[in-house]
Amino acid sequence: MKYLYYPGCSAEATGKAYDASSRAMMDKLGVELVELDDWNCCGATSYFSVRELDSFAIAARNLAIAQEMGDDELCVICNACYTTLAKTNRYMAEDPHVFEAVQGALGAVGRSYDGNVKVRHVVDILINDIGVEAIAERVTRRLTGLRVAPYYGCQFSRPMGSFDDVQVPTTMDRLFEAMGADVITEFDAKTDCCGGMMMLTREDAALRLCHELLVAARQYRADVIVAACPLCEMNLEGYQPRVNKAYGTDFNIPVMYFTQLAGLALGADPKQLAIDKQVVSCASVLAAIPA
Amino acid sequence: MTELLTTPQAKELHRKFVEDVMGMPSGEKINICQQCGTCTGSCPTSYLMDFGPREVIAAFRAGMIDKVVQSNTIWLCTSCYYCTVRCPAGIKITDLMYELKRLAIKYDLAPKQSKNPAMTKYFIDSVHKHGRNHEVEMMARFMLLKDWSLPFKFWQLGLKLFAAGRMPLTARNIRGKDELEKISAYLEAQEAKAQ
Amino acid sequence: MAEEKIAVYICHCGTNIAGKVDVEEVTRWASEQPNVAVAREYKYMCSDPGQDLIKQDIAEHGITRAVVAACSPTMHEPTFRKAAGDGGLNPYLLQMANIREHCSWVTIDGDAATEKAKRILGAQIHRLPLNVPLEPIEVPVNPNVMVVGGGIAGIEAALKLAATGKKVYLVERDPSIGGHMAMFDKTFPTLDCAACILTPKMSAAGKEPNIEMLAYSEVTQVDGYVGNFKVKVRKKARYIDIDKCTGCALCTEACVVRKVPNEFDQGLSKRSAAYIPFPQAVPLRATIDPTRCLTLTGKKCKQPCVAACGPEAIDFEQKDEEIELEVGAIIMATGFQLWDPTPETRYSYGKLDNVITSLEFERISNASGPTGGHIVCKNGEPPKSVAILHCVGSRDENYQEFCSRVCCMYSLKFSHLIKEHLPETEVYECYIDMRTYGKGYEEFYKRLMNEGVHFIRGRAAEVSDVGLSSEEEGRLIVKVEDTLLGITRRLPVDMVILSSGLAPRSDAKATSQIFGFGCSSNGFYLERHPKLEPVSTITDGIFIAGCCQYPKDIPDTVAQAGAAAAGALALVDNATVKVEATIAYIDPEKCSGCHICVGLCPHTAIRYNEEKDAAEVIEAACKGCGVCVAACGSGVPQQRGYLDEQIFAEIEGALAV
Repeated sequence: MKYLYYPGCSAEATGKAYDASSRAMMDKLGVELVELDDWNCCGATSYFSVRELDSFAIAARNLAIAQEMGDDELCVICNACYTTLAKTNRYMAEDPHVFEAVQGALGAVGRSYDGNVKVRHVVDILINDIGVEAIAERVTRRLTGLRVAPYYGCQFSRPMGSFDDVQVPTTMDRLFEAMGADVITEFDAKTDCCGGMMMLTREDAALRLCHELLVAARQYRADVIVAACPLCEMNLEGYQPRVNKAYGTDFNIPVMYFTQLAGLALGADPKQLAIDKQVVSCASVLAAIPA
Repeated sequence: MTELLTTPQAKELHRKFVEDVMGMPSGEKINICQQCGTCTGSCPTSYLMDFGPREVIAAFRAGMIDKVVQSNTIWLCTSCYYCTVRCPAGIKITDLMYELKRLAIKYDLAPKQSKNPAMTKYFIDSVHKHGRNHEVEMMARFMLLKDWSLPFKFWQLGLKLFAAGRMPLTARNIRGKDELEKISAYLEAQEAKAQ
Repeated sequence: MAEEKIAVYICHCGTNIAGKVDVEEVTRWASEQPNVAVAREYKYMCSDPGQDLIKQDIAEHGITRAVVAACSPTMHEPTFRKAAGDGGLNPYLLQMANIREHCSWVTIDGDAATEKAKRILGAQIHRLPLNVPLEPIEVPVNPNVMVVGGGIAGIEAALKLAATGKKVYLVERDPSIGGHMAMFDKTFPTLDCAACILTPKMSAAGKEPNIEMLAYSEVTQVDGYVGNFKVKVRKKARYIDIDKCTGCALCTEACVVRKVPNEFDQGLSKRSAAYIPFPQAVPLRATIDPTRCLTLTGKKCKQPCVAACGPEAIDFEQKDEEIELEVGAIIMATGFQLWDPTPETRYSYGKLDNVITSLEFERISNASGPTGGHIVCKNGEPPKSVAILHCVGSRDENYQEFCSRVCCMYSLKFSHLIKEHLPETEVYECYIDMRTYGKGYEEFYKRLMNEGVHFIRGRAAEVSDVGLSSEEEGRLIVKVEDTLLGITRRLPVDMVILSSGLAPRSDAKATSQIFGFGCSSNGFYLERHPKLEPVSTITDGIFIAGCCQYPKDIPDTVAQAGAAAAGALALVDNATVKVEATIAYIDPEKCSGCHICVGLCPHTAIRYNEEKDAAEVIEAACKGCGVCVAACGSGVPQQRGYLDEQIFAEIEGALAV
């Protein structure tokens, strides 16, 4: 199996571990990830706030490149990138005005895109293409007894709900159940917003939301929170000390990219998965699951 | 709720806004809003807003646009889509928020004290410069120009991230970075033609 | 053929027609057409003076044919045909030309509309000489009535009909009649105890000699037509001889299978495999659940029920019994089911304890329910505060678009019951609009406001179990925007009641198809006309009443049941009923006996006659739909009033303008 791969801007900076662990995890599953050539920023929420058509057009540049590389599927790891790219496809299909504008804009730089590249979230590929049985077979380090809180974030299945239930997604639940973990399926906060970019512009708002998520995780005795979005991971993990400072709490809950934990279960080297690069230590997780 | 006044400017704005919003896919559903409050109740940041999304729709229908765009409401939307998914009238509220953000920037109506529009600008500038968003550059600009308190709050985390290699100081440019400027320029030209 | 004298009437219909079509011009044009003796225009032909015009022209001008150019025949063909009949002209010598729904209402340009009106009218003028007098067929009417569904609607309809001397078959799918009302605690706005007002009616129905009670039975097939329905009913086996059973309930106590979720208690308590649904059941007879009984599922059992039964009424060999009944009219009163709030995941129904539905609360509050009438949480403790969430699954394009009508009132009722049982408990009602439209309803709302209930105008956003403060720890948190105050509130409560809407039964569509009528887009049974015929269906002789037609409260249900009973009575109180005359006929000499039309008839109104080796129409069942006429390769079936030559004449008339 081979997929064109779109890392996203965070993957080169704060989300480096997500990129590294995605590659390592896929490697263990025998899936080749080919990085999209010369990919650009998807625009995320910021472009949408300023110029809608620009947003679609620059997102579509990536999809055009995918077509040029001869593929019709693109694997995406970040929720925001996923939603932006998928939204671009959706709007191009439903609104001829958008389609025309995007085609014209791409034409101005010598590219073209016909709307036919499927944007696939990495979890979608894991569950629906590779399948939980195949993944379970390759697990060498079972996550038995590890209480995992699957944190999907807000833009995983909302607004489109294309590959998982729009209100209550369960694909990550199933992934970790297959790996033997004690998944906290009743973790209702799993799609609550972490605050996203607000952590920089309105820290108080984002810290409050992260505090609520950490309270929920603690109430359900989570040993680790796994996330599917670099922003979510950063907010919950990187800023956990600041949550403690603001609320007088003493949270010390490991937060990992789900690919890091999945990679561990599949036998990848923790160094390859960049687990030592976390701000909140994951030592307890590593200790809980014998090699 | 602060007093809502209508001014001649508001009336003209309202006309333009209504045209734009009604032209959005499912934009006309704003007409059937029951004012039930599910959106505001679900919104993770509504407690910080001058008024929540429900009131934004009520104000919009009442023609009171100027207060809407001068409030902090639309800039506090994290686009988490809870409102959109739960709305019993099927209104695409998050899309409405994006549209109002765009219109506010277009008519230069964003509140001066709100930092979100600025962050957005720095994000876009970074992307145009490199082809990808250079997080450090964006944050540095933001801190310098908008929020001097940030370095004090952030330095500990910043050091840890830097040590972990999660904060590269230099950015690599993509080969096709000029294409993004060209795309923007093309679309701007098209828009100018249409008007 | 003698010259016909056609009278043409152009109706203005106020401005509906005259506002678009040049009626003067059309009248002038009509007067010049062949065979037209009289051409008049009038403002409202359907009025008494309008109808009198037709009668006068018949008397004074010897009119032999007539056409009224006006609205759709669905509206007034019977009106004008009756007027013609009263005037001495065979009703089938009068046609209508639809120049309203087909013309003035759908054409933008006035000239185009006038031209079209002439064509439509011309078609009828041209075909009228080919009309021949027809007589409607009279079929005998069976005086018995079947009522399907034994809730308050069915019981009321049955009692009303029985009181007039008619025999009523009351068919109920559950082991006892009573329906949902039997489950309620008190009823709004009077706070009458539901069982107290229902059981006398249930008892009366059980004792009424004119009502044959067929409980634990289902209709499997319906054939026939108005006045002559043949209904197959399957009487399900109770495995108990109901003639011997005294309802003493000893078998239910003796039964070893004790953990079956009790449907009557909404699953909040358990029953045995041998059970009586509730103490006031009518008929008061036990039933053995064949899916849970050890003997009936092929397992070993000492059968203590048999030992306990004095009258020896238990019979494991009993079989379902199929009977066929003949009735003249049928009243459907199959009720509703509560909308299951599981899909509304943000309320965590089924995931968090103490989030319950309205019916579950009714049972908890009811003294005969699983908690003996004590309002308690799952842990047995009374709640210190309760939130009642309105509009669950209703007014929502994601689930049910319509308003369920009764939920505001029953929510208020719950608030009252909680305050009555637990005066110290705080009660919050989260609503969008307070719909208290009925008699005594607004006053009831005021009463609750005086009882100290906290009304929060806002639709609850979510119910969570994650507390953010010590006050919230271990409780259910309802997040809701108080829209009147403009703030989002977190309500820590111990119990959440979901005021879920009334939904059509999951088999409503299938049931309607068995009986031969349809459902509306929201899934409830479709009435013939939303304002003027709320209890009839498209099928003559089949009526509907109660919540199966649309959510409604008990007063409206009882009223509608009475209306359906009157409708059925009007039908079966006559010895015969007239059936439409414009039906098909098949000439046996020309028919080749190929059977094609037999299978195609949607009303099963054609049968094959072996002796004559030809198909023949069962006249009373034929609805005149024309399918057989169109299908026959040899063009043998003809429809009276729509013969081929009459249709061709219409076409020629329309094209000749």
